[in-house]
Amino acid sequence: MSLWKIAWRSIQQRALASTLTSVSMGLGVALVVAVLVVHAAVTESFRHGAGLGYDMIVGAKGGKLQLVLNTVYYLSSPVENIPYSYYKEFTEGKFKPYVEKAVPCCLGDYFEDYRVVGTTAEMFTLKPPHGQPYTCAQGEIFHPDDFFAAVIGSTVARKTGLTVGSKFQPTHGAPDGHQHDPFTVVGVLRPTGTPNDRALFINIEGFYLLDNHAKEPPEPEAHADHDHDHAADADHEHADHEHAAGPAGSVLADDHDHAAEPADHDHADQDAHEHGHDEHHHHKPLPENQREVTAILVLTASQPGIPPGLSAQPLVKQINKGSVAQVVLPIREISTLLELFVAPLELLLLGLTVLIVAVAGVGILVSIYNSMSERRREIAVIRALGASRGAVMLIVLLESILLALAGGVLGWLLGHALLAALGPWIALETGVSIAFWQAAVLELVIIPGLVVLAAVVGFLPALVAYRTDVAKALVAAP
Amino acid sequence: MLHLKDIQKSYVEPDGSILKILDIPDFRIAAGEQVVLMGQSGSGKTTLLHIIAGIGQANSGQVCVAGTDIARLSESRRDLFRARTIGYVFQTFNLLAGFSALENVLLGMTFAGRHDAARARALLERVGLTRRLSHKPAMLSVGEQQRVAVARALANRPKLLLADEPTANVDRGHQQQIIALIRETCREENVALLLVTHTTEVADQFERVEHLERFNQAVASL
Repeated sequence: MSLWKIAWRSIQQRALASTLTSVSMGLGVALVVAVLVVHAAVTESFRHGAGLGYDMIVGAKGGKLQLVLNTVYYLSSPVENIPYSYYKEFTEGKFKPYVEKAVPCCLGDYFEDYRVVGTTAEMFTLKPPHGQPYTCAQGEIFHPDDFFAAVIGSTVARKTGLTVGSKFQPTHGAPDGHQHDPFTVVGVLRPTGTPNDRALFINIEGFYLLDNHAKEPPEPEAHADHDHDHAADADHEHADHEHAAGPAGSVLADDHDHAAEPADHDHADQDAHEHGHDEHHHHKPLPENQREVTAILVLTASQPGIPPGLSAQPLVKQINKGSVAQVVLPIREISTLLELFVAPLELLLLGLTVLIVAVAGVGILVSIYNSMSERRREIAVIRALGASRGAVMLIVLLESILLALAGGVLGWLLGHALLAALGPWIALETGVSIAFWQAAVLELVIIPGLVVLAAVVGFLPALVAYRTDVAKALVAAP
Repeated sequence: MLHLKDIQKSYVEPDGSILKILDIPDFRIAAGEQVVLMGQSGSGKTTLLHIIAGIGQANSGQVCVAGTDIARLSESRRDLFRARTIGYVFQTFNLLAGFSALENVLLGMTFAGRHDAARARALLERVGLTRRLSHKPAMLSVGEQQRVAVARALANRPKLLLADEPTANVDRGHQQQIIALIRETCREENVALLLVTHTTEVADQFERVEHLERFNQAVASL
């Protein structure tokens, strides 16, 4: 018969006290497991989210972290905009040699609690390095000419019930803001495990045509240009002028005023619109001088013979030196965020849960220690049967370790079961997906840590066992 | 088999005075011999058994069991020696409540470094507990518990069995059965027996009956 079995029998004999002790340890361990797994999942999610297939974000000068949170995670308050012409520098201008892809993002609108992002179809050609590529579970990515079409993330589809063919009206500036004209969902993205699951992507051309989305046209000097444009391209610019001249600067000035339609609009195109946007098909794009973008997602081009990290350095310097915009490297910002804010908080939380485990460990000490007086005779009998002092000490230590391990296993299962049960809700609310078997590396420390803790807390009662006076205990009344 | 020489044991009283309990110049038991030890309550019988078993220590003297002076052994070696050479039947049985009858017997083997489940079963069958192997002590009668205790004491094929009033908690009807069982099994295993009792009926069955007062000079000097 092994000493383990003797220790186990002793635990069985005090089943209720042992169970309660182990359960308290289990609850502590479950909390530790939950914190570790959530910590790992959040960290992974942030790092994962920070690599959505582009290297840098170009946005208005100001808070770098806010720009990242706003652009990548759709968190925090919206940031200032930069001129559309600046974006054009990436696609056609001086920055083009450094750029493989540049995707404009216009933020500020909502649908319910979800962010609406005005962008181009190129957004969906970005390839997240660790995530799933952007493909549609239903429908397809919007066509550039389909101004009032939208593609929505999987979480949005689940939570709002929107599906292909559904219409929704973004609200301006806040979930309860002014309602814009409707967009039609033409595609629902497959889950990507990224913040994009929680966003609605609308055609940037439609975005610009919404109320309050056009900036004021240029003043007198610009007016001269405007007149000049009229002369050069009377039909086209007339139409633009009409759209931008509405109340409060609305580009939908006529609000479907067919009288204001450009003369060259081809009504035959109407049939080509597959998603029922008849009410919008007649609009012309907003002039570029009235456009702005919130951010530009830039995938830099690799330069032959230059390491990837260095090839974009001239671009970064040039942008940051100017007064219009700044470059933010999302991975660096997120790492900084995690190191400066998230990690200490999680360390604190972890410290508190470890403290709970330590208290549960003290519970084991109290439980075993309290049993020692009634077990003194039992220990004496074992000694009389030939057990050494070391053997009885070891039996008590093993008992402590078994209680801690039982609590540890229970807590591990409980912690993971809890996270698995809450997983769907966590995924819906935060975009962080957690499965039952998702584990954190630090969990490997739990069992050895518990053994050490059990040995420490078991030492005192083990010492009592060690010091038991066999002769006295045997003659004492049973 | 057992030779006690110049054994002295005394305690310090709360008032600082010395109370001498044992002063035994010479006491012997031969191999396989069965001896009854009688004496008044408080005369030091249990203390003497503890000293012989190595559970307690004399202040001086030699305790030779099977040729080994256990007083000179280190505590850990004495523990192992006790496990392998000396069986002990307690007055209150002292079975471990969380263990079955079979496990209680096996427990006796554990610390001797032996694990012989077949012998444990055979011993329990020998004492008439074939159908009680997996019963916990609480599920056994008093007589059955004492029989388990006897089987446990003999598990490691000891050379000396010490029995401290083994029938004190057993009714008269079972007393004779227990004594007979102990004597028979000791005879079968050629184990020397030192049995402490207060009961004259029990003592009368033994060829050699020793009264502690007669060879313990400490009692004589009180």
